[in-house]
Amino acid sequence: MAIWTDVFVLGLVLTNFRLLSSSRLAAMIETMVLQAIALTVIPLTLADHPWPLRLMTLSLVTLTVKGVLLPWLLRRSMRAADVQREIEPFIGYTVSILTGIALLGLAFLIAQPLKAATGPGLASLLPGALFSILTGLLIIVSRRKALTQVVGYLVMENGIYAFGAALAVKEPLLVEMGVLLDVFVAVFVMGITIYQINREFDHIDTDRLSELKD
Amino acid sequence: MTASILYWVLAVVLAPLLLGVINRTKAFFGGRKGQPLLQAYYDLFKLMRKGAVYSRTATWIFRAGPLIGLAVLLAVMATVPAGGLRATFAFQGDFVFLAYSLGLMRFFTVLAALDTGSAFEGMGAAREMQFALLAEPVLFSGLAVLAAGTGQFNLSGIYGRLWSEGTLPASASVLLVAMALLMVLLAENARIPVDDPTTHLELTMIHELMVLDHGGVDLAFIQYGAALKLWLFAALLAGLAIPLRTGRPMLDLAVHIGGVFIAAVIVGIIESTMARLRLLRVPQMLVVALALTLAAFFWILR
Repeated sequence: MAIWTDVFVLGLVLTNFRLLSSSRLAAMIETMVLQAIALTVIPLTLADHPWPLRLMTLSLVTLTVKGVLLPWLLRRSMRAADVQREIEPFIGYTVSILTGIALLGLAFLIAQPLKAATGPGLASLLPGALFSILTGLLIIVSRRKALTQVVGYLVMENGIYAFGAALAVKEPLLVEMGVLLDVFVAVFVMGITIYQINREFDHIDTDRLSELKD
Repeated sequence: MTASILYWVLAVVLAPLLLGVINRTKAFFGGRKGQPLLQAYYDLFKLMRKGAVYSRTATWIFRAGPLIGLAVLLAVMATVPAGGLRATFAFQGDFVFLAYSLGLMRFFTVLAALDTGSAFEGMGAAREMQFALLAEPVLFSGLAVLAAGTGQFNLSGIYGRLWSEGTLPASASVLLVAMALLMVLLAENARIPVDDPTTHLELTMIHELMVLDHGGVDLAFIQYGAALKLWLFAALLAGLAIPLRTGRPMLDLAVHIGGVFIAAVIVGIIESTMARLRLLRVPQMLVVALALTLAAFFWILR
């Protein structure tokens, strides 16, 4: 099973790189769906084969919320705010990827001391999760559009979820469910906010919101 | 030993066939019949019979470029292992020799292009160097990852131990390096997402632009060299992606050569399903390839 954990963690890492390199929002949302699939499968590869019912419920709910509901909400706000792509990010796409490489190295470095605490099967999961968190942060600070920042927030949350997935086999179901509900509500609210910002200011560039206006 | 010499001979003889296979794949996807499979050979024979015209301003460098390019490739081919078999010349650190011999070849191609004094060829040379600058670290770090993972420092050793038990901690990193090498193959051989070898507008050319003024035998050398270079990268990729090692030299050789032709078919599929990237997007693609190899590197070190 360890090889499958590796493959899906690799999927997580590669989708992060795709998010860092793509400028079109539709492609980013598509990548979020792929990431959700990887996230769903990772806890399953960690558990023993007759999967506990609790784990299967968690995976099913994760897939529905992260793979279907959230992308649908994002697509809706994309249409409502009428944005197709991130045109001028603060950090260019090539530099973003290079920064991503550095962050991946950092993630592996940070995960080094944690390796002793967890089993050998998690050797790639912890750095992958940390890398997702750092990628999410990078997207939030380097992009201009509010919608892309929401994607960044989701990636960061995905990282935290993957981190939790390492322990999901023992963790109470309720905690994970609470986190999922939290994220769902957050994205829901952000979608409404984006729509309102767009209607009020005719754009969703967050760096221009601080300009004073009558 | 006989198998490796046989492999060298086969590679040198069969290399132009790869171009035919790519062409046929593209024709299949385009719903056309396509050129004969041996068209590249016909072209080479036709060019070999022709004389060359040299400008009065061009120096000996212009004539030396194609010769050195071909000589380098014939030499480098001898260090490329077929699957798990040892290459004819295998020595410690021969992948450095491989990477930088290709650099020598590129240097003389660029020099020959600049020697003509044509403004267009200078532009082509600049683009070639820009992309090569980004492709070289990918090739090199990819091979370095394999060297670190297998603990071997020559190509034959690396490829020999690649898929044997317990060498690489994760086969995931081998797949990452294979993906990166495929991107380098496309960039180095002027295939479609990066450069279109059949383009007819100087402003969009990269590699073809540098050889516009070569003709006759020189052009034959360049085209044959291009085929050999394609074989070289396809061989590196096939050795990486095909885990089959039977232990019987002739069977391994056949599997490996089959893999090289599968790589050619994959290149044909990529060429017929993708559009050429804008010139500004090409560095981004190569940086992604670098990201893949470095991810593989961290994967090994974890």
